[in-house]
Amino acid sequence: MNRRDFSTLTGLGAGALLLPSLPGLGGSLPVDPARLLEPGLDVAQKKRLADAALNAAKSAGATYADVRIGRYLNQSVFTREKQVQNIASGESFGAGIRVIAQGTWGFAATNDVTDASLARTAQRAVAMAKANARIQKEPVQLAPQKGYGEVSWKTPIVRNAFEVPVKEKVDLLLATNAAAAANGASFMSSSLFQINEQKYFASTDGSYIDQDIHRIWPTFTATVVDRAAGKFKTRDALSAPMGLGYEYLTPRAADKIAGPAGTGLVGYKMSYDILEDAALAAQQAKQKMGAKSVTAGKYDLVLEPNHLGLTIHESVGHPLELDRVLGYEANYAGTSFATQEWKAKNIPYGSKQVTIVADKLQPGSLGAVGYDDEGVKTKEWTLIDQGKLVDYEKIRDQAHIVGQQASDGCCYADSWDAVQFQRMPNVSLQPGSQPLGVDELIKGVSKGIYIAGRGSYSIDPQRYNFQFGGQVFYAIENGKITEMLDDVAYQANTQEFWNSCAAVCDARDYRLFGSFFDGKGQPSQVSAVSHGSSTARFNAVNVINTARKIG
Amino acid sequence: MAILSQTEAQDILKKVIGYSTADECEATLSGTLEGNVRSARNSISTSGATDNVSLAVTSYFGKKQGTATCNQFDDATLKRCVQRAEEIARLAPDSPEHMPLLGPQQYLSSPQSFAQSTAAITPDYRARQMGASMDYCTSKKLTSAGFLNDRAGFVAKRNSKGLEAYQRLTNADFSVTVRTPDGTGSGYAATDYTDVKNFDAARLTAVAAGKASSSVGAKAIEPGKYTVILEPNALVSNSDASLLGALMRSFDARSADEGRSFLSKKGGGNRKGEKLFDERITVYSDPTNAEVPDLTFAGDGRPQQRTTWIEKGVVKNMYTSRYWAQKSGIPDLPPPGGFIMEGGTQSTADLIKGTQKGILVTRLWYIRPVDPQTLLYTGLTRDGTFYIENGAIKFPIKNFRFNESPVIMLNNVEAIGRPVRLAGNLVPPLKIRDFTFTSLSDAV
Repeated sequence: MNRRDFSTLTGLGAGALLLPSLPGLGGSLPVDPARLLEPGLDVAQKKRLADAALNAAKSAGATYADVRIGRYLNQSVFTREKQVQNIASGESFGAGIRVIAQGTWGFAATNDVTDASLARTAQRAVAMAKANARIQKEPVQLAPQKGYGEVSWKTPIVRNAFEVPVKEKVDLLLATNAAAAANGASFMSSSLFQINEQKYFASTDGSYIDQDIHRIWPTFTATVVDRAAGKFKTRDALSAPMGLGYEYLTPRAADKIAGPAGTGLVGYKMSYDILEDAALAAQQAKQKMGAKSVTAGKYDLVLEPNHLGLTIHESVGHPLELDRVLGYEANYAGTSFATQEWKAKNIPYGSKQVTIVADKLQPGSLGAVGYDDEGVKTKEWTLIDQGKLVDYEKIRDQAHIVGQQASDGCCYADSWDAVQFQRMPNVSLQPGSQPLGVDELIKGVSKGIYIAGRGSYSIDPQRYNFQFGGQVFYAIENGKITEMLDDVAYQANTQEFWNSCAAVCDARDYRLFGSFFDGKGQPSQVSAVSHGSSTARFNAVNVINTARKIG
Repeated sequence: MAILSQTEAQDILKKVIGYSTADECEATLSGTLEGNVRSARNSISTSGATDNVSLAVTSYFGKKQGTATCNQFDDATLKRCVQRAEEIARLAPDSPEHMPLLGPQQYLSSPQSFAQSTAAITPDYRARQMGASMDYCTSKKLTSAGFLNDRAGFVAKRNSKGLEAYQRLTNADFSVTVRTPDGTGSGYAATDYTDVKNFDAARLTAVAAGKASSSVGAKAIEPGKYTVILEPNALVSNSDASLLGALMRSFDARSADEGRSFLSKKGGGNRKGEKLFDERITVYSDPTNAEVPDLTFAGDGRPQQRTTWIEKGVVKNMYTSRYWAQKSGIPDLPPPGGFIMEGGTQSTADLIKGTQKGILVTRLWYIRPVDPQTLLYTGLTRDGTFYIENGAIKFPIKNFRFNESPVIMLNNVEAIGRPVRLAGNLVPPLKIRDFTFTSLSDAV
């Protein structure tokens, strides 16, 4: 058990007890919902405060400094069955100052945002850098970055979730619970998370960047209990956290894509039908209760985007983070098999079907921002080109290590009081170039399993061996879905798995999976990231049976 | 500013309660001072420091509640904060599980939860400790990545029914991963203290370095069921889920009563009073334990007392919300901060000596639930896995993925060693038979 987070012990962290690390939620203070619509400091004030911090840092001996004045707003609505459990609105406001002095990073943060306090905090950051410089061996080398002057960026949302009355959100979640109950759920919990990061970045390079970033995540768990048998089964929502406003919860027919014949599943693109999914979830949880327990062995897997996204995240997104590759995360998240030496050998990462790009641009994605948290304009770049590893994910102080001149623009801090560092951009599998729908893809599979939704996930610290579960599993026999299966998990090796990729559906099937909780760093920080893909086939993957008996 | 004394904190809280016009009012004032330094590749990577102090006021009208916060404490700001909480409460919907506030409580005393030596840590102290850790590795031609984080804080509570609480806490965590330059060996060590007076980063780094050097040249052996010695880092963690942490987090009475826990009973009800584990397993919590002193009150003001969760393999207690305790007439026990597993006197080395054939596991990692019905978890060994034969370590072995339930594991106990502090708990190394490894990993 972790006692590090005193805030969970103080009674301030009611929501945090449920979700210890929701970005912008951990450490935030409860506020009135109306507060979420009140403006923060105006840009001129923020510029004045930032200049006070930058000037103090320079006077104290910093050769570089940046300041992030952050106002992180959130609202979470939790319900179960017919009742509201909690409505929590939160605000976290403060400033973090990062400096380089004597070739060494220093960082300090405060929630007292005044000129005098920021100047003092800048001095603390410089003092920390100097204390550490005495034992420093590799001085920081920053890739050059031109200042952008005074610029701004906003997530292009249609409807700000904080403008939607709380009652409307509660009504939707209670209707979701009712839809599940009507379809056989014994219990149903549903929740809605909304995030707004109002971030102001300024650096001694001459950038003053004001950004307004929005995210939303509706989700639920439907549970069916058979008390006589002493068994229970769950099915989670097939929604994705998105970089969208409340418009995500207005379903549009054009955003729905039918799952394989015989499953009733629906894939959701830029909008989500929570009532439809809740009804299906309850039915599927009930079906799971009587589903056949899988026979372990080799199967061709057909993985849908809401499932495949997490596999991409763990087995491609993480091993290509350059800080992991170099050993900077060895003491926590781990290192990577995909070292520069490994890359030089030209061993195929995947089959020719596998092209994977990184970006911080995709509309609706969690990664989309105008500039990253060290003032670099965002972009798209290729990581794996037709199976061949071509590049990594990197920021300003890493570019020189791989002989590059510029950052990729994927630096992020989850709060004003956390230091920014390299985080995963959106990492997405490109759709197949030939027309191919899901039913056509399944037609070619003689013995396989179709898996939808994110389930259990685990991977080793160098990203070789992984194991994934899912939300629902269907047997495929001779080109057709035949019945539901249970107790399914697959174990594979990253390179074998991606080299077994035999086909990827076309762009019609492409959609985003997302996570609010990508964890990395010490102190640990979370980051929100999306992964796009179309349904894909992987041949002869090892499937295990996870059923056990306890006393 | 961040560490207020009991008098300073309660003086502010008295004013807050005095301004209240609600049916009930409670206020929590808390603050922390925190600092950290991080290293990788035998060099400093990042460092940081944060101070944060804030007041939260919750006002109640009947079953309605509202909370407001501030981080300045002059009279005008405090008054505004209370008014704001009351405005929010008046507009709130009724909370169906609302419980009236607690009255005055008797709390245990746990003065050892705060140590001046930890509260006084400076950037120079952190640099000195981390420098010693890095120097050790440089001298051994090994590569290290480490993290030192220290925190001092206080929590003060008061409510309109006379409840009053105050406590100060300190905590420091250090962990280090040491690797051989060719990446074929890796070792790990971690420790945490309330009082850092005995903290020696270099000494702990030597343990990780020893694991790194001796794990070079690992051989692959077949996955399957093995007798294992799980060191404390394989049982609890403050940076990942853990097998014992997962077990203790599953002692919620409501989930069990609702039929969706491993503690649910077939046909209804829960399994309190049933023997679910080996009779040598006893787990309790005690906020006054000198080795792991903790808060003596929970976030909602309930006292934290010595509580036995598992006694000689029998489920003795489950924790609960106040609402569920009242509704179902069960003891009103908050979830504990940390836990203590009773053990014997043997060290890990003693356990190895007593093992004919088995595997020593330094650490388990990336632990995730597979099936909540059976508490089946998966994860991998990491940073030093060794084959034991005839009472001695024979050779390092390649890492495994496991699929195992702590419930099954605690029925397959061969021996229990001497508990040590880790991640705010006291945990012994465990020798377990038939631990299930399901595949090999190439990771080092």
